[in-house]
Amino acid sequence: MDKAKETNISLEALLAGDRAEFARMVDAYSGQIYRLGLRMLGNAQDAEDVLQNTFLNALVHLSEFEGRSSLSTWLYRIAANEALMLLRKRKPEVDLEDAEEKHEGEDLKPSHFVDWSTLPEEKLLSEEGRMILDQAIQSLPESLRIVFLLRDVEGLSIKETAEALGLTESNVKTRLLRARLFLREQLSAYYGEREIHEERNE
Amino acid sequence: MSEHLHMNCEQLLGSLSEYVDGELDPQLCREIEKHLAECDNCRIVLNTIKRTIDLVQTPLEKPDLPADVRERLFKRLNLDDYLNSKSQ
Repeated sequence: MDKAKETNISLEALLAGDRAEFARMVDAYSGQIYRLGLRMLGNAQDAEDVLQNTFLNALVHLSEFEGRSSLSTWLYRIAANEALMLLRKRKPEVDLEDAEEKHEGEDLKPSHFVDWSTLPEEKLLSEEGRMILDQAIQSLPESLRIVFLLRDVEGLSIKETAEALGLTESNVKTRLLRARLFLREQLSAYYGEREIHEERNE
Repeated sequence: MSEHLHMNCEQLLGSLSEYVDGELDPQLCREIEKHLAECDNCRIVLNTIKRTIDLVQTPLEKPDLPADVRERLFKRLNLDDYLNSKSQ
């Protein structure tokens, strides 16, 4: 996930206040930050706020970047904080810290046992299939969704995800498992019912 | 689920994510595989959780940042001078 290498952004130039290099960094990472914002907040306006605040913050705090994590992970960390802060503003009732304790013991137990994994790709990746998947991701509790998006969608390692969110690795693993089981359950409910429906109609 | 699962199923669930990611030690993997060979429900959960992750990771066309969003971002960062310098 070391995008700094891929994109050849010079940390030295950034720290020296090179504006052109900062612009290159913005172009290199703005797509993924915007995407994360969209999936965390669910609308374009909020995603744009997350995007702008992330790079404004990066500009202000660049001198504090020590290079212990990759540039990409550092930006994700800022973006995740921005997204979670915005979510708290929008929905003060959402308690991101305690979400997993609240769900303790409930969401680990699968209740749908339909093997839809062999359904053809064109069905699973159809427009409708994508929509069901997106809806399922949107319905994940926020504290699980951010972990899932960084790890499984953006491809960060467990360690990088933990760094970006200020969580322990074991906490990331627990949340990731819950998120994956939650999504599996949602998709299983959908495809399970659909299969039964289609069999009846045949 | 309790009527379907005995302790081994719950233990397996707890390690499922790491098993799928190939991060478990071989001894534990063997125990999981032994259990999977005998337990239909756990096999289904494994297959479908793997497929769920596959689907999420199947590359979508990742559209570029919309041009107007990029423009507003550059202006907000006082990077107007570099708006036309996108190299990618």
